[in-house]
Parts: sequence; C-alpha cells; structure tokens
Amino acid sequence: CQNQRMHLFAEFDDAANLLAANPDATTISIDEPSDIPKNKHGRLQQPGREEDDELLGTDDSDKTELLAGQKKSAPFWTFEYYQTFFDVDTYQVLDRIKGSVFPVPGKNFVRLYIRSNPDLYGPFWICATLVFAIAVSGNLSNFLIHLGKPTYHYVPEFRKVSIAATTIYAYAWLVPLALWGFLMWRNSKVMNIVSYSFMEIVCVYGYSLFIYIPTAILWIIPQRVVRWVLVVFSLCLSGSVLVMTFWPAVRDDNRRIALATVATIVLLHALLAVGCLAYFFDAPELDFPAPIIPVHNGTTIITKVQ
Amino acid sequence: APPLRADRPGVAQFAELADMSLSGDITVEGEITVPVGAASPDEDFSTLDEPVRETIMRDLKAVGKKFVHVMYPRKSSALLRDWDLWGPLVLCVSLALMLQGGSADSKEDGGPQFAEVFVIIWFGAVVITLNSKLLGGTISFFQSLCVLGYCVLPLTVAMLVCRLVLLAGSGTVSFIVRLLVVLAMFAWSTLASTAFLADSQPPNRKALVVYPIFLFYFVISWMILTFTPQ
Repeated sequence: CQNQRMHLFAEFDDAANLLAANPDATTISIDEPSDIPKNKHGRLQQPGREEDDELLGTDDSDKTELLAGQKKSAPFWTFEYYQTFFDVDTYQVLDRIKGSVFPVPGKNFVRLYIRSNPDLYGPFWICATLVFAIAVSGNLSNFLIHLGKPTYHYVPEFRKVSIAATTIYAYAWLVPLALWGFLMWRNSKVMNIVSYSFMEIVCVYGYSLFIYIPTAILWIIPQRVVRWVLVVFSLCLSGSVLVMTFWPAVRDDNRRIALATVATIVLLHALLAVGCLAYFFDAPELDFPAPIIPVHNGTTIITKVQ
Repeated sequence: APPLRADRPGVAQFAELADMSLSGDITVEGEITVPVGAASPDEDFSTLDEPVRETIMRDLKAVGKKFVHVMYPRKSSALLRDWDLWGPLVLCVSLALMLQGGSADSKEDGGPQFAEVFVIIWFGAVVITLNSKLLGGTISFFQSLCVLGYCVLPLTVAMLVCRLVLLAGSGTVSFIVRLLVVLAMFAWSTLASTAFLADSQPPNRKALVVYPIFLFYFVISWMILTFTPQ
C-alpha cells in the first residue's frame, strides 16, 4: 500500500505541473461587474439603439440571469410555485422601494431592479399599508378639522377601510391586467423589442404606489395648497417611474397609440390620488351642512347650509 | 468468525465481512420491556371515563399557561409545540364584543362591527402566516396562527383598561391615558410575537416577516384607540 500512496501523490504532482505550465487552462473565475462587456448578448447593435441597452440594463451585472431559466418551473397548483414570487430578501425590497421613489433618468425600473425576479411581497404589503394609511390619516385629518365644533361627534369611520381596500387593490391588479392585455395585443401587431410579463407589470405598479404612503400621512395637514402640492409632487415621481418603464414597450408602435397609452397610465395614476384625497379627506375650510335630524314624531328637520 | 483486526487496511476488512456466511441459529441475549396497563395508547381511552370537569380544566390550564407565556415572553416551546386555537378564539370574541359601542343607530359610520373585527383578526393572522411561509419560514401554519392569536392578549387587556377609563370620563386626560396604555400594549404584542416567530425565518428576511405583524397589531391598536362609546 505504500506503493499505492506514492502513485496517488504522483498523480497530484502531474496535475500541479500541468497547471503550472498552462496557468489559464481550466481556471474558473467570477468576473467583477465592470468586466462584463456591454454586448454580452451578442446582439446586432443598430445605430441609435444604444439607449435601449441602457434602459434594459444589460450593462449591469445580471447575476440573476443565470437563474432566470430555472425559475418558476413548479406547476401552479403547488405551494412552491407561489414561493417563487416571494423569493426576495430585505435589501432587495428596500432597493426596489428606493428605485420607485427616486427615478433615475434613463434607467428602467423593471430591468434595473426586478430583473426577471418579480415579487408579490412588495405590491401586496404596500397596498395593504396604503389602505390603512389612507383610512387612518383620513380619519385623523377629519378629526383635527372638526375639532372644537359643538355638533361634531367623532366616529372612527370604519366603513371607509373596506372601500379603500377595494379601490386600491382593484387599481393594483386590474389596471396592470388591462395594460398587459393591451400590450400583448399590440405586440401581436407590431414587433416590440421590449415586452413585460404580467407579474412584472403588477410589480411595477405595486412599488409605484409606495410614494402615496408618506403622501397620505402628510395629507393630515389641513391646508389645501399643501395637499395639492403633495399630489403633484408624488404624481411626478411615481408617474415618471411608470412612464420610463412603459415608454420602451410602446415606442415602436404607432405614435398616437404610444402617446395615448402613456397618457392613460399617468391619468389613471392621478385619478387614484385625487380620488382618494377627495373621498377620504374632508376639505379643510368649508362649512358642512348639518346632518339630517330625525325627530321622534316623524317629521324631519333638514338644516341647509350654503 | 475470524476477529476483525484493526491493523488491516480498510478495504480488506469489508472484503472479509463479505466472505463470512452465517449458518444455523444465532442466539441473542437481552431484555425487552413492553409497557402494559397505564401505557399512553390506553390513556386516550381512559379520558372517556374521567369527569367532564377534569377534561375542561386540563384544557383551561393549557390555555392559561400560554397566556402567562405571552405576558412574560421567554423562549418557551409550549406556545409553539402544543398549539391550540381556544385562546385566540376567546380573545378575539371578547375583543370584538368590547369594541361594540352599542350604537343603536347603525347608519352612522361608527366603529367596526363584530364581524369586521373577527374577520380582520383571523384573516389578518392567516395572511401573515401565509406570508411567512411563502418567504421560506419553517413554522407550521397552525403554530403561527396560535402565536399571533395569543399575542392579541396584551391588546385585549388594553381594551379593557380603555373601557374602564372611558367610564370615568372622555376628556383629554382620559385620551392621553388611553393612548399610553394602547401604545405600551401594542409594543408588547409586537415584541412578544416577534420573539416567538422570528427564529423560524430565514435570517435575511426577518424584517420582511416582522413588518406585517407590526401592521396587524397597529390596525388592532387603532381600532382600540378610536373606540368611542355612543
């Protein structure tokens, strides 16, 4: 067995010698992100399309691309399938939230942050937080506005929570569904370079709603000007994220349709904000008509103000 | 059989074993004890004969022990291992009942109805459990429901205190007292449930699991704080 051991060592020696002779032979190294060449996909670059790559983020390190082909292979009736939509870490969620609030000009939110790993955690819990933020802030704001009035009796207004929930979840799911259907339909007519999956659109919309959470809390301030400034500001921020995400997807289409699509996206986003402001937050300075007071003998007294 | 020698190389040992063949009977010596009489399978049957009071008291004691574990959160396995949903049910029902303002005029946008509180607590707990399981948590479904339900106990105590304070008056002082009590109990609930649940989560997703729990108890605290008797 002494001979056996010597034989084994000899083999190792041979291998070491071979490696010393050809240092580049079989080494596997992990590249730094800056080393990845710009056109690693080997696509034919058309002039004037460099911005596509930038928007698509192919110059970033796409470590997750290696895994992209292996994801979501479980059938949809298993628990593991849904687990693939929650495959995010804390820092990833925080990064995506940051990306939705601070739009980087020229960078596409989907390609930069989501990178074929759309998650449902962000959209779901951001919507839930937004529902309660709006309901609680609306309630607080109304309380502060009417404080001191003798006829005012505080009510928690719990009905409004379910209304807020319906509205916000409907917006977060139905609008992406409609947009996805529309993009698929246009894709069948015009060849688009960029196309998004349904989950990615839901993801973008969910994260774009995040800015409304601090906005809703700041809406407690009972000043009309402040509230409208906040609406415009948050609409600009999240609207720009949406526009920068979806403009590449419709750019190749008919000019008018592309503009109409983007305009509709922004309009619906604005409608949500304004609608929530109008419904959940009473106007600060107006007087209110006194409530209808039913008198016991059946006659009703209606006091009319304004 | 030839003795196995330690100085032979390993391969040779196994080769020797493979060569061995056994024939004839092998005598084995030892002791086997089989529990007879008051063994555990028999215990289940004998609970049929015990007085009803004993059965109920056993469950009540288990629930009571869990209440104590929630109020003084330590790493106890009782809440996790022997989960039960009686405690959460009792807490949920009593909280929902206490949140009823007794308003005859239900057309006003008042506080949450009984069914709303019930649905919020149970649906909220289910959603949080699903969330933690989807994120890769190792806790079982009912264990998580059990912990979340039991950790509503500090908030139920806060509700009780609030109702008593409101009996005394509903001015600014009472509001400040109620605010402080609800805040303290909200923190207690969140910390207690986090202490029990956080260990079963993957380490880089703990915040993702704790945040919904925070939101859940925040909503319940809000309902308690804004309670106004009609």
